[in-house]
Formats: sequence, C-alpha cells, structure tokens
Amino acid sequence: MPLDQSFVGRSWPPTAPYLVGREKIREFAAAIGATDAEYHDPEAARAIGYADVVAPPTFPVVITMTASRQIVADPELGLDYSRVVHGDQRFAYARPVVAGDALICVNTVEEITSRGGHDFLTTRTDVTTEAGEAVVTVWSKLVQRGEE
Amino acid sequence: MAETLPTQTFTVTRADLIRYCGASGDFNTIHWSERIANSVGLPGVIAHGMYTMALAGRAVSVWAGAPDAVVEFGVRFSRPVPVPDTDEGTEVVVTGVVKEVTDDGLTKLELTATCNGQKVLSMARATIRKR
Repeated sequence: MPLDQSFVGRSWPPTAPYLVGREKIREFAAAIGATDAEYHDPEAARAIGYADVVAPPTFPVVITMTASRQIVADPELGLDYSRVVHGDQRFAYARPVVAGDALICVNTVEEITSRGGHDFLTTRTDVTTEAGEAVVTVWSKLVQRGEE
Repeated sequence: MAETLPTQTFTVTRADLIRYCGASGDFNTIHWSERIANSVGLPGVIAHGMYTMALAGRAVSVWAGAPDAVVEFGVRFSRPVPVPDTDEGTEVVVTGVVKEVTDDGLTKLELTATCNGQKVLSMARATIRKR
C-alpha cells in the first residue's frame, strides 16, 4: 500500500528534551574511533569556545532517530518498517551539539514519492534548545521497498 | 586542477558494529546477526549506514582541522558494507576533492567512500569552515 500523501507538510508536537551527556558523547566518539580531544576533554572543548565536549557531526542521529518514531510509527502513514532501508541522510549545523544541551526535536514530513514500486519518505527534524536556539537540521530519506 | 584530500582508510570489524549499536541505540539485527541478515537476503552482517557516514565524517573533520568546522554534511547510501566475522574485518576508504571555495570562506567537498573497490556512498558532500 502506498504511503498516505496527506502526510506531506505535517508536523508533530515538539519532543520532550533530550539531555546530552558528556559520557554519551565520549561513548559515541569512541565507537566511531574519533579520538580528537574536543570530543573527550572538556578543557580542549573550552579552548575552542564550547562549554563542554562537542559531539561528532553524525551524533545528532542518536536523538533524531528516536524522535522520528513519532512519524514512522504512525499507523495512518502506512509505513512497513520491515521493508525500510535508509536512503539519504543530511545535516545542516548551526553549531555542534555540546554536552549539557537539552534538545527538542520537531519532526516534519517534507516529501513522499513513489518510483519503480518503491516509496520514498523524506523527513526533516529541526533540533533546537529548549530556549529555541537552532542547533542542527536533519533530513532523512527512508525507502520502503516494494512488496515482492 | 581541483585539490585532492589525502585518502583515509578505516578498518571495520564486527566488534566495531556491536560498539556502534550500543553507542547509537540502533540495534537492528542485520548489524549483528548473520542468521537474520541472511534471512532478509543480505550476504551477511552489514555496517550501519550511519556508521559509514560517521567514518566519512571523521575524514571530513580531520581535513577541516576541527570537529566543529562542519557546516553541512549529506550522503546517499548506495551499497551496503558487508563486515565479515574475521579479525581483519573490512576497510572503508574515504577520499575527497575540493569543489569550491566560496567568497564567504566555506569549502565545499565532494567525498567518495568505497569498500572492496565499490562505492558505498554517493552524492556525499560536505561544507566546512576552516578554523
């Protein structure tokens, strides 16, 4: 069944704040083999102007993947997650995520298309602080493969 | 001629994928179970697309000279990265070319990531602001 086109342009209420922990950033950086001091050492981060350790560029996906369940788990959208593969991913940064941030996500469906029996869902997640400061905007394109 | 950035090679083992599962919260079984990966038609366990993107991101951060220098970063996942159950694992090779330096000081890079000689990312682009 094709995805419900009426979802294009729809946004969801802001998520509860995600509190970014210093150890979580260190764990993520270690998992991807990133050893730069700014990911691990608060002093090194302060030396380049941040209050605490900074997160590697793809770290925001830890937050947005959870937040996007708002969209993908909505039964009316009609997404069969067992047939979903990750198509595209893009980040536009206002600044890096920093330990101590409390981040809120607003999810929007930007586009739904179909081609060659596959459905394509593009979501945008605007990640801000609780005060509304823009941090990063994250786009994901999910591909729902056609049924065999 | 466009400036070419030094090639960076990353080793990826099963242990790396397990660690990334825990760090990212993405426990999709195709990233740790050969049995499940085979059952959905994959040749074996594959790396998370976001893990491959994270490696490309490391390369970009190194080229940029600072972890916070990345302004924009996007990729398309064009082919999976199979990770064999061996001590050696596999390798992801990331290269980059400077496409443009804008008037306001931004450098636009086009990236290539390959595994076993095949492109695993396409339309991989990053914009950086050198510190």
